[in-house]
Amino acid sequence: MDNVTENLLRLVSDWDGKYKGAYNIRVDGTCAGRQSSDNIAILSKQDNPGLDIHIRPGTKDESVSIPACVTHGNVDDLVYNDFYVGENADVTIVAGCGVHTETGEPARHNGIHRFFLAPGSKVKYIEKHVGTGKGVGLRSIDPVTEAFLEKDALLEMDTSQIGGVDRTARRTECTLGEGARLIIRERLLTEKEQTAVTVFKVELNGDGSAADVVSRSVARDSSRQEYESTIIGNARCTGHTECDAIISGKAQVDASPRLFARNEDAALIHEAAIGKIAGEQILKLRTLGLTEQEAEQKIVEGFLS
Amino acid sequence: MLELKNITWTTEDGRRVLDDVSLSVPDRKLVAITGPNGGGKTSLAKVIAGIIKPDSGRVLLDGRDITDLDVTQRAREGIAFAFQQPVRFKGLTVRALIEIAAGKTLNYTKLCDYMSSVGLCARDYLDREINNTLSGGEMKRIEIATVLARGAALTVFDEPEAGIDIWSFAGLIKTFDNLRRAQESTLVVVSHQERVLRTADEIVLLTDGKVTLRGSGSEMLASLVSQGNTATVCGKKEAIIDG
Repeated sequence: MDNVTENLLRLVSDWDGKYKGAYNIRVDGTCAGRQSSDNIAILSKQDNPGLDIHIRPGTKDESVSIPACVTHGNVDDLVYNDFYVGENADVTIVAGCGVHTETGEPARHNGIHRFFLAPGSKVKYIEKHVGTGKGVGLRSIDPVTEAFLEKDALLEMDTSQIGGVDRTARRTECTLGEGARLIIRERLLTEKEQTAVTVFKVELNGDGSAADVVSRSVARDSSRQEYESTIIGNARCTGHTECDAIISGKAQVDASPRLFARNEDAALIHEAAIGKIAGEQILKLRTLGLTEQEAEQKIVEGFLS
Repeated sequence: MLELKNITWTTEDGRRVLDDVSLSVPDRKLVAITGPNGGGKTSLAKVIAGIIKPDSGRVLLDGRDITDLDVTQRAREGIAFAFQQPVRFKGLTVRALIEIAAGKTLNYTKLCDYMSSVGLCARDYLDREINNTLSGGEMKRIEIATVLARGAALTVFDEPEAGIDIWSFAGLIKTFDNLRRAQESTLVVVSHQERVLRTADEIVLLTDGKVTLRGSGSEMLASLVSQGNTATVCGKKEAIIDG
């Protein structure tokens, strides 16, 4: 494994020379290592590039890592990964992605992930995206996430893209059954001429289902972000969507939270706030001994942590 | 010793807020600045912290001229400033703010010391964001904790009683003692609260941007109270503060 790959793996997952638990490492569209466990089977798809991952019912405290790396330009990687999580399983899934180019040629990864959560199962899903390298070729990551939560299932999705990705279009769609819960935390940072489009769509179909979708982003320089979040309440349910963005320079952010209530017992809330860092926040940190630049850095770090 | 010499400052719309103000604050003393609203108290506190740059006059700290130092440089010279309205930060945790104030990573025991000094449990608060889920009273206590963590030679409090709850008021008075005794800090406190003024070694009355009266705490307090120039604390608060 070369240095570029190792560096990307460290940035997007908990790689320290090896993984604990089951894993599959994808590098430039091919498998660079795979390990199933007694409870987690990782199988190659027969019809498409990608994996079918089966997690046995009742599996507890196990993790599966499926990082994907694009290590040079002129690669356009497309992968379909499906996760079948058995009843009452409780697992962590890490699916980071890194793209690297040192040339003028583009590097792109497009991961389509589907999650099928059986009744009572719990998944903590961690997705980190990063771009590296000095080349002018565009680094693109376009993830699609689809999740289907059956009765009392829980999906906690923690997704972040902190730097280096020039273009991203992120689409996440979730459908929740009775008593199911969805928690999404998104963190985004765009700089220079980068663009990011994020679309969330959540359908609350079962009584007692709940969704909490929170996105925090920082847009600097001339970067542009578009955020759209839709929660549809078809049952007795609760939904909350929140978008907070800090802008600076000539950056632009468009935020459109949308709520569709289709049941009189649907309780839905949306919040959106966009603005630059408040002058009083910078001043407070300067009175603690930080320079203006250090203060801004701390505020952004905290906001995106 | 902090010395202000002939400080004058005029707002952009031409209002003279500070008019030839001179005063000195000896080491390890608490000097209270009081006076009517609009008299220039907060502006003077901001001149000391470097937030306001005066039109003329000099600011000296231990004999060194710090007039041209900005806010950051003055903080690094050992000046702390407690805001009248503590600032909220979405995302920044209580732990992060206290560690920024201390200028280093702190172990749990030390963090716990600062938090318990202001009556908050470290376990419940360190990882909380300093956002609008915290009450005004909690914000004030956290502001005081950051001042304790600074360990500064000189601390300026701008109307610390504003928006405070009963505990915080009692804690505030104890904090003044703690800063003076344990940290040997010098304090400048802008206030018109009688209970705060009672802790002062010296009181300065600022009216229309000028020092109109100054003297020892006890002499000045009697005169200010008789003229109705102070605010009083309710009896129940007083019992808690003194208890």
